[in-house]
Amino acid sequence: MQPTLMLAEGAPAPVVYASATGLLSYMWLLIAIPAVSALILLTTGRWADKWGHWLGCASVLVSFVLGAGMFFELRDLPNRAVQQNLYSFIPVGSLKVDFGFLFDPLTACFVLLITGVGFLIHLYATGYMAHDPGRRRFFGYFNLFIAAMLLLVLGNNYVMLYFGWEGVGLASYLLISFWYGRPSAATAGKKAFIMNRIGDAGLVLGIFLMFAQLGSVNYDVVFSNAGLLPSTTVLVLGLLLLLGATGKSGQFPLQAWLPDAMEGPTPVSALIHAATMVTAGVYLIARSNPIFSANLTLQTVVVSVGALTLLLGCIIGSAKDDIKRVLAWSTVSQIGYMFLGVGLGGGAYALAIIHLLAHGFFKANMFLGAGSVMHGMNDQVDIRRFGGLWKYMRITWLTFMMGWLAIIGIPPLSGFFTKEPIIVAAFARPGWTGWLYGLAALIGAGLTAFYMTRLFILTFHGPKRWTTAKEGSVDQHPHESPLVMTIPLIFLALGSIFAGWLMASPVAQWLTPVVGPPTEEHPKMGHLTITVLSLVLTVAGAGVAYWLFNKGTALAPQPAGPVVTAARNNLYTDAFNEAVFEKPGKWLTRALVFVDNKGVDGVVNGLAALVGGGSGRLRRLQTGFVRSYALSMLLGGVLVLGAFVAVQLGWMG
Amino acid sequence: MGEDFVLELPKLDYAALAPMLILFGAACLGVLIEAFVPRAARNAVQLVLGLLALIGALVAVVLRAPHVTDANAQTAARALSIDQAGLFLQGSILVLAIVSLLLFGERTLENGGPFVAQAAITVGSELDRNQAAKQPGATEVYPLALFAVGGMMLFVTANDLLVMFVALEVFSLPLYLLCALARRKRLLSQEAALKYFLLGAYASAFFLFGLALVYGYAGAVDFRSIHASINNSPNDIILLIAGLAMLSIGLLFKAAAAPFHVWTPDVYQGAPTPITAFMAACTKVAAFGALARVLYVGFDGLGWEFTPVLGVIAVLTMLIGAILAVTQTDLKRLLAYSSIANAGYLLVGVLGGGKEGLSSMLFYLVAYGFLVIAAFAMLTLVRDADGEATHLARWAGLGKRSPLFAGVFTFLLLAFAGIPLTSGFVAKFAVFGAGIAGNQTWLVLFGVLSSIILAFPYLRVVVMMWLSEPGETTPSVSIPGALTSTALMIGVLVTLVLGVWPTPLIDLTTNVSNFIR
Repeated sequence: MQPTLMLAEGAPAPVVYASATGLLSYMWLLIAIPAVSALILLTTGRWADKWGHWLGCASVLVSFVLGAGMFFELRDLPNRAVQQNLYSFIPVGSLKVDFGFLFDPLTACFVLLITGVGFLIHLYATGYMAHDPGRRRFFGYFNLFIAAMLLLVLGNNYVMLYFGWEGVGLASYLLISFWYGRPSAATAGKKAFIMNRIGDAGLVLGIFLMFAQLGSVNYDVVFSNAGLLPSTTVLVLGLLLLLGATGKSGQFPLQAWLPDAMEGPTPVSALIHAATMVTAGVYLIARSNPIFSANLTLQTVVVSVGALTLLLGCIIGSAKDDIKRVLAWSTVSQIGYMFLGVGLGGGAYALAIIHLLAHGFFKANMFLGAGSVMHGMNDQVDIRRFGGLWKYMRITWLTFMMGWLAIIGIPPLSGFFTKEPIIVAAFARPGWTGWLYGLAALIGAGLTAFYMTRLFILTFHGPKRWTTAKEGSVDQHPHESPLVMTIPLIFLALGSIFAGWLMASPVAQWLTPVVGPPTEEHPKMGHLTITVLSLVLTVAGAGVAYWLFNKGTALAPQPAGPVVTAARNNLYTDAFNEAVFEKPGKWLTRALVFVDNKGVDGVVNGLAALVGGGSGRLRRLQTGFVRSYALSMLLGGVLVLGAFVAVQLGWMG
Repeated sequence: MGEDFVLELPKLDYAALAPMLILFGAACLGVLIEAFVPRAARNAVQLVLGLLALIGALVAVVLRAPHVTDANAQTAARALSIDQAGLFLQGSILVLAIVSLLLFGERTLENGGPFVAQAAITVGSELDRNQAAKQPGATEVYPLALFAVGGMMLFVTANDLLVMFVALEVFSLPLYLLCALARRKRLLSQEAALKYFLLGAYASAFFLFGLALVYGYAGAVDFRSIHASINNSPNDIILLIAGLAMLSIGLLFKAAAAPFHVWTPDVYQGAPTPITAFMAACTKVAAFGALARVLYVGFDGLGWEFTPVLGVIAVLTMLIGAILAVTQTDLKRLLAYSSIANAGYLLVGVLGGGKEGLSSMLFYLVAYGFLVIAAFAMLTLVRDADGEATHLARWAGLGKRSPLFAGVFTFLLLAFAGIPLTSGFVAKFAVFGAGIAGNQTWLVLFGVLSSIILAFPYLRVVVMMWLSEPGETTPSVSIPGALTSTALMIGVLVTLVLGVWPTPLIDLTTNVSNFIR
């Protein structure tokens, strides 16, 4: 068997996948087990309430064990990419789509992350959701999500990927709106849905473009022939896929939904909106690396999206007071680093994936830690009302500290080994853009240190600023969470400490068949210089935050300068969206309703009827008169007739 | 033919005509039953007769299928072209009609069934209150439906514009009547029927005018002659183009494409729900079957002329259907706008052209038909004292009260939204794929955009059902009788199977997609 991908001089070698044998031929089970569990949880009645959550956990654990077995089997194969077509799904003429799976090093990484971290978060949720009447339903949706996410990474063609893509979107939508009693949760669900649909449109159009240009949507065919496409086609295709990726991953310009998605229960934020689903965009780009590597402009766009988003996330994150929102903006920013990595291409693909895996650990760790804090503080989320908690919840404090040190990149914790190489790779980009993106990444590191330290200090240290019964709230009696919640925290903290150091070089080797070998970087400055600079900036950012917030802070947001005000308002990105997309959309809808229901009437009956009818007419069951319907048909008929004749006479081109 | 004016009776191939003859015969028999069978037994007798006739016709279609060749497909002096595609369309209409007829017969949901006993009684009078409470519904609906189905089968196999026009009227007139027969909300129902009738007659006039113009150009009304005459006639081609435009208007009206869609929401809402299901499924098949035949068989030489105009109509249809669906607050109207948008998607398939376009359209029609029947069947189950409760707000929290019902309806809505592993996804994928293959990328672009908008109202219903608390006015979900259950089960199963394993039907539609000229 030849190696699957070579970076040879001329045309790239075709991508060849082997057939699955042995344990690997059961890869569909990975998806089937959580899917069946979800079905059981969602269809059984109340009698399953007692054991339902344990079934949910067990199904993910079994998938993890199975995935680990497949990982070891894959390691010993000569061609580390095996696929299995279950059956031909859509065989229309030249359009052939198989229901098939692919297990290769990239998939293996994601399967282990999804099921491994997923299991820990499931376990945590048994405790976190213990008093929620909808716990069984929650675990049903949670299992559904795991199944869909596995489908997303296991498919061997873009349509299968799209199946999973829609599935995780659906599960995410349901889980954000899980506490539907809160209007904010419903609004957040809606926002997530709309923004994701915009992204999905890009992905679907990309898939159809692929089919139109290459006649197939299978990874092997697409990747083998991507290099032969005209440059413009590759650019358009890549931009469409990128639109899909930005939607799912909360990147600019579709970033606004992700922080609002924090309305869902905290385990959801940890699993879906930090560790796994939001990294699907990174997966999509890394998976499609032959397309993205084939066009320099395309790579520049991806890098710019990444750099812009990472700064955006840092700046906004620095001004937020809601513990989960800060973490959410931090997620936006960290995924920005990953986009930066996949945009740089070459060896940086692997760096982005490694950062993604490490991020899965430390961000899940911190989200669950935040959940533990909220659990002990009567669901308080305002970091201005925490302080001094380290004494009351030692395990949460220590594990959160590991996550904090990991994300700001203090050696030897994981972030240092995974973020640093991306910054170096950004500096290694040829031309002046190397300086641009390198500096953006470097400044981002300093800002990350600032806002994460602010979060950590305000939550766990400094004076107590808890709410009291006197000010009309509740008295706080913080306490450590039960074991079932702290054990996952401890595991994730261990991951935050060691994952980076353990994974950095082996995973880069492991991913070589998919994304190419690690490359020697030649950055603008010496490797060591960059490392030192970034450490200095990190310590400086953390130091400033410590100096500012060690003595506590005001209990409510204070008047601030234009920069902080802008950051508090998400840098006015929401206002921009509203002005550019929402308003015109509303007007268009209103105009159409008007034309469809009233416009023609108005023409017939004159203005009086219009004014007289007013809004009352809109409420009537049936609004139309036959005469106005007939008139609109006549107008339509005349137009159609005119258009036919015009086309025939050549008036329209 | 030629100059000698000897009138020869055309030869009829009775094996090919058998399905239609069975239906028309059974419909006539049904009229006699109305006269001679006692009222109490009529519903059962009519239902059994109707089902037997439809199944018999289906058997005749299936038996006929293996024997159809290019040579023997046409009969009655080429006025009918009962070819592979025609048989598939006939078969689809029959299968969908069987499932909808099950809904007609349901009498456990409402005392006396979904139809009014005597439509002529003044609404609100003493007599009316009396009949609403006591009398069983009219059973004339069965023969009317059989006439309509027979007309539709004739419509999709007509190889001649005159026959097509006759068939159009044969299947439209019974539908107008059927729309007026709702037991509840009778004024709404009568208004719907009248609107449908007036506008339908108006659209027929367009069709007839178009027919005349085409005759003026080609000197004939059969598709073979029309096709041969294109660019070979001494007459001005504008005649032909204008004729085609007006024929299309007549057909697009039945297909509910914009801007000829205006009747759809009112009629779908006002008609008795089983009738709405029947129309949404079967009329769509008939309208698109005929439209495809006209475009592919009669006028395929004019592809360059009609594709851009019909393309604009498709885009308008998709966008109007999708955007207005977002603003709807009544489920029947929501499904009506969704049916408008779906007409747009079907047009994308039709305009994709070639074998792929036709086969994707056929697949879509079947998948959509079963889906829409199941959806309307669900609507018949949610009731309060005033009959069906179709206002969206009333459905809030239904998931808490009746999880099974809400689960099934959620599945159907996901299928409408084109979520993978439902027939809705495969069908959309097929028509968009055909659009791409036929170089109509711009149509696919709008198709994808509009389907993304359209997903929103569906998912809003899902959220309403599951993620709201049931109020005091939340209606109850009736236990469906055996007939409705069967129809529902068939619809849901087909939607699932076509989503997971669509291969056999796709193979079948690919094999049958050729029209004989």
